[in-house]
Amino acid sequence: MMSLLEDQFWFSAALALVIFGAMMTAVAYCIYFERKISAWMQDRKGPNRVGPLGLLQPLADGGKFLLKEDIIPANVDKPLFVLAPAIAFGLGMIGFVVLPWGGRVDVDGDGAVDVIAQVADPGIGLLYLLGIGGLAVYAVVLGGWANNNKYAFFAAMRSTAQMLSYEIPMGLAILVIVLMTGSLRLEAIVLSQLGGGNVWNIVHHPLAFLILLTTLFAETNRTPFDLAEAEQELIGGYHTEYSALKFGLFFLGEYAHMITGSGLIVVMFLGGWHLPWVPGLRPEDVSIGAMVLKMSVLGLKIAAFLFLFMWVRWTLPRFRFDQLMRLSWKGMLPVALALVCYTTWLVYVGRATDIRWTLGGNAVLMAVVLVISGVLGSPITGRQAHMPAVRMFASRPAR
Amino acid sequence: MIRDEDILNVDEPELTASERLYFPILVGMRTTFRHIFKKKITVQYPEVQRTLRVENYRGVHRLNRDADGRVACVACFMCETACPAHCIHIVAGESPWEDREKYPAQFDIDELRCIYCGMCEEACPVDAIELTPEYDLVGRTREEMIFDKEKLLEVFDRTNGVKPRKNPKITGYVATGRRNGSEPPRPGAATS
Repeated sequence: MMSLLEDQFWFSAALALVIFGAMMTAVAYCIYFERKISAWMQDRKGPNRVGPLGLLQPLADGGKFLLKEDIIPANVDKPLFVLAPAIAFGLGMIGFVVLPWGGRVDVDGDGAVDVIAQVADPGIGLLYLLGIGGLAVYAVVLGGWANNNKYAFFAAMRSTAQMLSYEIPMGLAILVIVLMTGSLRLEAIVLSQLGGGNVWNIVHHPLAFLILLTTLFAETNRTPFDLAEAEQELIGGYHTEYSALKFGLFFLGEYAHMITGSGLIVVMFLGGWHLPWVPGLRPEDVSIGAMVLKMSVLGLKIAAFLFLFMWVRWTLPRFRFDQLMRLSWKGMLPVALALVCYTTWLVYVGRATDIRWTLGGNAVLMAVVLVISGVLGSPITGRQAHMPAVRMFASRPAR
Repeated sequence: MIRDEDILNVDEPELTASERLYFPILVGMRTTFRHIFKKKITVQYPEVQRTLRVENYRGVHRLNRDADGRVACVACFMCETACPAHCIHIVAGESPWEDREKYPAQFDIDELRCIYCGMCEEACPVDAIELTPEYDLVGRTREEMIFDKEKLLEVFDRTNGVKPRKNPKITGYVATGRRNGSEPPRPGAATS
């Protein structure tokens, strides 16, 4: 058994199974915690009836999704209608394969590294993740289109425009790190952040981190960018006509997308499975135990980001569509472009990993943004100069 | 109509530097985070039932009994007529008692149709039908939720302690119908 695991192919297969199972459970419990956290933030208790503390609620939900009537309305585009949730779920479930879960592993303990704790380690891991993110648009668009429901179609159109707009600053923010590291391999990006006086990339480029974080919210259709699911305007959004397991697949796909996105940002900016000053987490630690430790550290970091996603969702209201567009095209895109240009110059002069230059550059850029916003007089999502003044009705003056 | 001179154009307040850079988001997130640890106000119904804050809460109906324990209703059909949801169905019968002409041989209220507006209570000349503060009204079938006379009298027996009968003076009511040239008798008039 152990000798089988020394082979990368079988090790990858086993790891994929384990992580797939963990993802499914995590996704189900994400929904549970989403409900719990929203309840706590609103001074409620949340689900607590099914099992102790309501912990069996995901099982009950799953059973309900399975057993409810699966309605395919008349006049829908049937193949696409069935395809859309499959795409949403499938894409959510294949993103994790390129995440570096636990560094390199020496399975049999003979001192030689046997395998890498990663389902696949392509040289273009980052591009793969971006591609998955880009394809996720299809789930939303096809879902909205196949519905034959005008509100769902509105949602799909909004979502397309939103995802296209936010992929650009997202790509640029990632490009900053790629330029700095010189690699698209996720493991190389993790390794570049640790050991030998290296620091996590968030210290180098806090602005790029903020941009990537914001765009991830938009890419996963989470509040404040959940215009595709604006119930007040669009009934339910692109999944209005879906019921039973098809709706469940959309639901699970969204959370799987969040997990993969959190994994991406942790790997890019927060050192992946690395924690400073903790023994057993160096790249040289290759035992099975170290792998498990590394995987749990990465898992905890991802969980922290999932909490952040939920925390923000239950705090912030939704952007209006023009605010959303302005934030991307007029706000984040120029900043990200400036950052990319600056980093390119740093690479040219050979100072790309010099923290004084990277962090200093970020601080200067932040100051410039502050000055520009001072000149403009309002934030980029605020009331613009060309817009009419707010009209408010005063009380009728006495005559 | 809104006239132009009634309209005041109000400028938005000038934002500070931190506000322009979205820092107030952090203030909001601090608020929601603090609420995670606050005392929860959820009432765990049905284990815990909160006491009603209003005494005149309009819940399940009851059919009142008079002092002799008889059904107080005189089958005048006022409530059935007043009911906007048409949920009351009365079949009148000749009263077995001396002091009134009619009594309800059948008295059904469809509690699922009822909108709990209290019009029946307002209309009743002898205060025989009343709404009680009982609100946990459940059943497994629609038939079960049509309350007949016995069931409504049972509700009275159950809730009389919670909400005493408004005007129990019904004994002595003389149902003589319209006398020649005089007003029809008003309920309770004979006893006062």
